[in-house]
Amino acid sequence: MIWQIELIILVLVVLFGFGALATKDLLSAAILFGAYSFLLCLLWAIMGAVDVAFTEASVGAGVSTVLIVSAVLRTTRRTDH
Amino acid sequence: MKITGLISLIFIGGLLFYGALDFPPWGDPTSPASSHLSPYYIEHSIKDTSVPNVVTAVLADYRGYDTMFETIVIFTAGIVCIFLLRSFKEKAPESRMYRHIPTGIILRIEKGGKVPHESEYFEHIDSVWIPYDLVIRTTCRMIIPFIQVFALYVIAHGHHSPGGGFQGGVIMGASFVLFAIGFNLRSAIKQMSEKIVAFICALGVLIYAGTGVLCMFFKANYLDYSALAPLLRTDPVTARSHGILIVEIGVGMAVMAVMVVLYYNLSSAGKHDEGL
Repeated sequence: MIWQIELIILVLVVLFGFGALATKDLLSAAILFGAYSFLLCLLWAIMGAVDVAFTEASVGAGVSTVLIVSAVLRTTRRTDH
Repeated sequence: MKITGLISLIFIGGLLFYGALDFPPWGDPTSPASSHLSPYYIEHSIKDTSVPNVVTAVLADYRGYDTMFETIVIFTAGIVCIFLLRSFKEKAPESRMYRHIPTGIILRIEKGGKVPHESEYFEHIDSVWIPYDLVIRTTCRMIIPFIQVFALYVIAHGHHSPGGGFQGGVIMGASFVLFAIGFNLRSAIKQMSEKIVAFICALGVLIYAGTGVLCMFFKANYLDYSALAPLLRTDPVTARSHGILIVEIGVGMAVMAVMVVLYYNLSSAGKHDEGL
């Protein structure tokens, strides 16, 4: 695997992780979390753990994002303070 | 308070990184994990179970207990979600919205008002109104069968390619979630009621645990699928392969049902009435 691509993905994973924690808008945090999961799935695939990557793609990037969004719709969209 | 939190976070995170420095490097063939256990699995899994995908063989056969309790953890999560969120007391909502289909007029009926029956003239719509687009409905209707076939393929083909019960079950559950989003929550519940979902959830765990008990009836250890050979009319090696498929189906059913239960309860705040 080309190490430049790995480095870019790793940096993006960390950025999206911090972004999901830092944003006040919960809906964008949910989407950022989905992007974080998807990039993590790419990292698993690079390391050869294809089964784990598949699980991460379906559970982390797929269903859990939908569950978080549906939970956000039942509360206020922004975190205050 | 914030400062102490930050300091303790940095301290514990630094400790974690310091501990991680002692790990063997990634892919090191001389690390303890790769020098004792992994070679056995890689050399024997095809001889023992005739399953080409070593990960599936380890998950469902050599480490069958782990996977069974993982399934039970997911099952418990579904039950807890029902207990925490589901509100069984029917409380009349503030107002309901109905659409008169022939004219397209939308009626808002206050609490205590006379509610029309669901028929070809009146349609109950969500008060947080989501316009039901024809394009979205048609796309969902066309795409859902393919998603479900793919989910079954992932479960059944876990022996040969990445996949298995967990992933297939999640994809299957996602197809029901897509149906609920494309149409509405009530029509999804009409297709697959809460009781059926809970039943499938418990049945999946029962299939897994029951397979283990069935092995004990043939005088073998719990979850030793080779004992099922007389029942499946095959040799013990193929019986282990088939046993893996049986428990994967159980896992898939439980996971699918839990995903659907979580979505039903989260999106409607436990009322199963109006939701995303």
